[in-house]
Amino acid sequence: MSLLHVAILSPLIFTIVVPIVYKFFRNVHTGWFILPLPVLLTSYFITFVSVTKDNRSIGETLSWIPSLGINFTVRVDGLGLLFALLITGIGSLVVLYSIYYLNKKTEQLNTFYIYLLLFMGAMLGVVLSDNLVVLYMFWELTSFSSFFLIGYWYKRDKSRFGAQKSMIITVLGGLCMLGGIILLYLMTGTFSISESMEFFYPNYVKDSYFIPALIFILLGAFTKSAQFPFHIWLPDAMEAPTPVSAYLHSATMVKAGIYLVARFTPFFGEHPLWFWLVSGIGLLTLFWGSFNAVRQTDLKGILAYSTISQLGMIMSLLGVGAAALKFSDTNDNYYLVATTAAIFHLINHSTFKGSLFMVVGIVDHETGTRDIRKLGGLMTFMPITFTLSIIGAFSMAGLPPFNGFLSKEMFFTGMIRIQDLHLYHLQTWGILFPSIAWIASVFTFIYSMVLVFKTFTGKYQPEKLDKKPHEAPIGMLISPIVLASLVIIIFFFPDLLSDSIIAPAISVILPNLLTETEAFQVHISAWHGFTVELFMTIGVLLLGTFLFLTREKWKHVYTIFPDRFFSTVYDETLKIAQNGSKRLTKLYMNGSIRSYLLYIFAFFIAILAATMVVKEGFKLELDNLAEIGIWEVILSIIIVIGSITALFVKSRMTSIILLGAVGYTVSLFYVLFRAPDLALTQLVIETVSVALFLLCFYHLPKKKNEERIRFKIPNLVISIGVGVIVTLIAISAHSTKLYDSIAHYYVENTYIEAAGKNMVNVILVDFRGFDTMFEITVLAIAAIGIFTMIKLRLSGREEH
Amino acid sequence: MLENIVVITLFTIACSMVLLIYRVIKGPSTPDRVIALDAIGINLVAFIALISIELKTSAFLDITLLIGILAFIGTVTFAKYLEKGVIIDHDRD
Repeated sequence: MSLLHVAILSPLIFTIVVPIVYKFFRNVHTGWFILPLPVLLTSYFITFVSVTKDNRSIGETLSWIPSLGINFTVRVDGLGLLFALLITGIGSLVVLYSIYYLNKKTEQLNTFYIYLLLFMGAMLGVVLSDNLVVLYMFWELTSFSSFFLIGYWYKRDKSRFGAQKSMIITVLGGLCMLGGIILLYLMTGTFSISESMEFFYPNYVKDSYFIPALIFILLGAFTKSAQFPFHIWLPDAMEAPTPVSAYLHSATMVKAGIYLVARFTPFFGEHPLWFWLVSGIGLLTLFWGSFNAVRQTDLKGILAYSTISQLGMIMSLLGVGAAALKFSDTNDNYYLVATTAAIFHLINHSTFKGSLFMVVGIVDHETGTRDIRKLGGLMTFMPITFTLSIIGAFSMAGLPPFNGFLSKEMFFTGMIRIQDLHLYHLQTWGILFPSIAWIASVFTFIYSMVLVFKTFTGKYQPEKLDKKPHEAPIGMLISPIVLASLVIIIFFFPDLLSDSIIAPAISVILPNLLTETEAFQVHISAWHGFTVELFMTIGVLLLGTFLFLTREKWKHVYTIFPDRFFSTVYDETLKIAQNGSKRLTKLYMNGSIRSYLLYIFAFFIAILAATMVVKEGFKLELDNLAEIGIWEVILSIIIVIGSITALFVKSRMTSIILLGAVGYTVSLFYVLFRAPDLALTQLVIETVSVALFLLCFYHLPKKKNEERIRFKIPNLVISIGVGVIVTLIAISAHSTKLYDSIAHYYVENTYIEAAGKNMVNVILVDFRGFDTMFEITVLAIAAIGIFTMIKLRLSGREEH
Repeated sequence: MLENIVVITLFTIACSMVLLIYRVIKGPSTPDRVIALDAIGINLVAFIALISIELKTSAFLDITLLIGILAFIGTVTFAKYLEKGVIIDHDRD
């Protein structure tokens, strides 16, 4: 248990303290007790920067289940550290924000902070685990705690719906990922990520598990990162409190999928399928998200779709970056730009999207609504919030002087350069990449402008607002101010990040492009000269402004595409699954014993007949048969006639007497086959049971006309089938005698060992007395059962 | 000689049982059927005793006694049922 383990688990451990603190310090906001933890963790993780800067990594192992190769191994490398810093850093800001956002008198703060800490610990575990099983464990813990956080206001229907939806989708993906992990283990023989990365691509690409593992891992990543078409849970997750949305659904959890894709790029990256899936789905998500964000009227809805779209953008960049693995020529950073852009935009997105969510939270908090149709003209009431939203939204739109501009330029660069790749037929299809990226950027620009200008400018509509708007308290503004200043600082000093954070992260994503001593040279600058990218940005700006201003005129485009199309698909799928299974269950579970017996017997026939046929089990040998005597024939005829007549007689009484006749004939058979004890018992028991049957039937309600058993063809077929099968099996079994009987032992030892001459009785009470004991028990239970049934029924009647 | 006699007797008893069964099925009233069943029981006693001779064993003599008892109990029970409508009286006092 090293300090690193303690650091990762500390949020989880700290959850124990939360209820105590909440109970005993009611007049202090619980958040204040939580806040030091993420701050401390942030500063602790910053100390690792000096280590990862040189592309080194620190690993610590804690034995958990060593016999299965599952150990709590943590590894801090460039990629993990980047995420750890995002989680703890933004976590601190979100905790601070939540202290002012959530009311300590009206909200259940203890549960909120327990879930938040659970989530933080789980997320740290995801990004720092080196063991895939441990990673999966933390992965599910993030789904789990996110489920709780979305459903925090559990008395609202929509919260519960959103929580359930996100749970179903992310857990579905998580389980797929588990499948992928197991396949990876089967390929590499280890659960350790760093060990499996040592075996590079060519070793495993021919493995038949490679493609399924790739798809399963990607399914896990896509569902978590809200990629198309699994993006549907994210907009519904906006029912969560705004700090949760800011933390989980913009900066951390939805990037777990990004993390996973980045982490596995060295393993799968060179395969064309990885490139096409990751970048293709990414671009599709980018376009679909930005396209749909424009139509939203809820501020958080806009941000949700924008998150989807930005995640798609990062995803597509990672996919394009993976193509760079095909080129081992590292002197030229030509193809590396996509990966750099992905990492850089990941950081940028966390900063501006976090601040935007907080801004929206402030607007919601201070006006009581998030609907842009009700908002407007808030600029004069909330100047600071307005400024913050301008910074965030312009950065999101990709305008200078904000960090989004840098990453968007690099995004364009990466997408343009893909046409130079002479891979995967990109010469012909490559042009699609920059075009889609550009169109999506136009939409991004439009919704960013909607977000700012529909909220803060225009007509002030006080009659539609619940409260009189005013500026937020300073505590609520600190966190977005910190994030917004980061947005600007990163634009002016991007190289602060490039060597310390971004380059080590890239070296983890693309490790085999480096030799031992090399390091990536990442240089980010705002000015590239008059390049294609710059003109593309200017084009975005011009067309975006034009479309934003004429928005009312082309709005009807959206009526062509149904709103929430994929959500409807999801709803319908659930409904169909539910109704379908209900119908299916009703179909065969019809409550009639007759049909269950039909299934049982049909299955019995089918499986035994199939076994007989497949194994060629039927065998007929006539050697060991005894001679047939005249009395046996007569008795058999009596039994056959008796049984068959019992089926066709009209009265119940007759069939009982016929059954009795059959039973007595069986006892005669025992006499013939020399089993006096059996014959004795059979006679007595047959008498008793016939008497019991008569008793039952005497008390049956009288029907007017007793009917014959109705004739049904399936019953006939099945009964004949059972008879035939059992007969065939009996014949075959009798024809294959593998061993001699053990009866000789009893014959020889009955008197010598057990001092008895009646062999049957000696077997029953001496050689195999255990069976007898439990048969006695069975009879006792039956007797007690009958007694209680009669007694209880009587006493029940008295009560009524 | 003895064996032939046993076989002939068995056949005779079998025939009488068949005739008795006819009476059981046909028998216009219930007492007819009960008497017929009782007679079948006694015939079975003889039948099994003969079979024991045929099989040269004394192991089945218990069964003849048992059938005798069962036939008696059965007949008495039926008689009581026909007379009183119940078999086991409820203790009412």
